[in-house]
Amino acid sequence: MTESAGPLTALIRSWIVSRVDSAALAWVDDRTRAVKSGDKKLLFIAFGLVPRKVGKADLALTESEREAAESVRSGWNPSQWSLDQLVRTYFVLNFPVQDVDAYVKTLDLMFSTGEVGELVALYQVLPLLPNPSAHVLRAAEGIRNNIKAVFCAVAQNNPFPSEQFSDDQWNQLILKCLFIGVSLRSVVGVDERANAPLMSMLVDFAHERRAAHRPIPAELWRCVGPYADDRALDDLRITLTSNSPAGQQAAALALSVSPHPLAKSILAAAPDLAAAINAGEFSWRTVAAAEQAL
Amino acid sequence: MLYIDPHIHMVSRTTDDYEALVASGVKAIIEPAFWQGQPRTQIGSYQDYFASLVGWERFRAAQFGIRHYCTMGLNSKEANNEALAEQVMDLLPLFLTKEGVVAVGEIGYDDQTPTEDKFFRLQLELAKEVDLPVLIHTPHRNKKQGTYRSMDVIEEHGIPPHMVVIDHNNEETYREVLDRGYWCAFTIYPGTKMGNERMVDILKVAGPERVIVDSSADWGKSDVLAVPKTAKLAAERGVPREHIELVCYKNALKAYSQSGQFTESDWLNPPAIDQRNLFEGNSVLRGGQSPQIDSANEANIIR
Ligand SMILES: [Zn+2]
Repeated sequence: MTESAGPLTALIRSWIVSRVDSAALAWVDDRTRAVKSGDKKLLFIAFGLVPRKVGKADLALTESEREAAESVRSGWNPSQWSLDQLVRTYFVLNFPVQDVDAYVKTLDLMFSTGEVGELVALYQVLPLLPNPSAHVLRAAEGIRNNIKAVFCAVAQNNPFPSEQFSDDQWNQLILKCLFIGVSLRSVVGVDERANAPLMSMLVDFAHERRAAHRPIPAELWRCVGPYADDRALDDLRITLTSNSPAGQQAAALALSVSPHPLAKSILAAAPDLAAAINAGEFSWRTVAAAEQAL
Repeated sequence: MLYIDPHIHMVSRTTDDYEALVASGVKAIIEPAFWQGQPRTQIGSYQDYFASLVGWERFRAAQFGIRHYCTMGLNSKEANNEALAEQVMDLLPLFLTKEGVVAVGEIGYDDQTPTEDKFFRLQLELAKEVDLPVLIHTPHRNKKQGTYRSMDVIEEHGIPPHMVVIDHNNEETYREVLDRGYWCAFTIYPGTKMGNERMVDILKVAGPERVIVDSSADWGKSDVLAVPKTAKLAAERGVPREHIELVCYKNALKAYSQSGQFTESDWLNPPAIDQRNLFEGNSVLRGGQSPQIDSANEANIIR
């Protein structure tokens, strides 16, 4: 089969070719031709049958494959995907878009009837679709989903939200991550999209947790630092001397990027932490890892 | 011992029930699409119900370390709303090919009306098309006649008995069901269907071959632990362990594995992607979520 589509589908097909046997590849190519006809029934059936035809092995992309992903779609990182998710993506991308409204309706039906694995695959496809603005409400719906894997399919390793979400939508994403214990480490654009209302919501959230005698997620301070006001600085001062090493590191990192005139002097009260930041001894990555290990 | 409850309606049950199932050794459950008590009046209600069986409920079960499967079908009671039933028939093919859908069911007769008969037959044809086993609900009223009629119709449609589970059997029906080669399921449901003492008596006479025990626990007064409780009672009353294993685990596994969607490794050694999507890593699976047992002086504390 000759692949006339764009570089994205060509890249995906090359990954499929190197990972399935000839019978499975023949099935994928045959169903791709069917899907290209634009008959949505054929898309639904092919999409549903994928795991039993190609299996669910981890993709385990090589380093050069990951680089190829980044170069064909910046911010796209399918390194945690499985083979069935990749083939499902391939089918969706091969379904022709003629009328955007009709296309969104077709996707809506797939979303509203999807099982857990299908939903994860579908939300992962969003950043690869044309007409991104047509899919913003769908992505926001994914953030409201209570199935953690579905939420993470939008929130993690997915460039769509940081590119398309309004501040309100973005802030819900970050707040929910912290609420349900999803690390911000894999959230694309987490630093770039920080904003003052989010900082304020996060400080409120920290106060709620403290009042309830529940631990405050250390990564919370990551989105507080750049916009910290007087109230936030008080919290950072407390956290800097708390008994949680991850919390101390997080407060120090947040203070180190804060433009607030008092931030530097507060950080100066913890010279060891300040020196460690300068020496590159810890980062948001290590803070996240320390919390994950708890 | 490991257990499968191959007929249980978890959308009507609580988290306490999930914890009790886990603590009793139930590893996998099958939730047949059925009547929810309140009759549905819109096709959208069916769509969201079917979607919840493969979506939210599957995820919810996994949070307790239980692997959840389902069957899809239009139940006989609601088949009597003919206009709506037609729309459900259009919707079913979309769900029947989904992962983890192990049968067409529960279908069959309720009042044995001509409309019920029409949609029963249409769904038998659908089962042949998608090559899935069939789960038959036998009626409460006029049971014996309804059970025999179900098998007659199945045979008329050329579906082999090894692809069919006939459920809700009793002392009056099971002989014929077994003699005709079907999987023969018994629902241990207090009051209306079977008690487990009667079940043990039947097991001693009928033996374990093609016999399946389930709870059909739902929104009525029922018992989610019907399968493990029956297994324990049977052991106490001298039924051999291998027989108990067959009727409380292996037979259901064999019957529904004919779907290609029901494999022991799904819950004993799931693929990495299922661990990530459903179980959020495999820590839950290792021995299951530890059941909450409140110590006496902390029983009233909620954290
Ligand atoms: Zn039932």
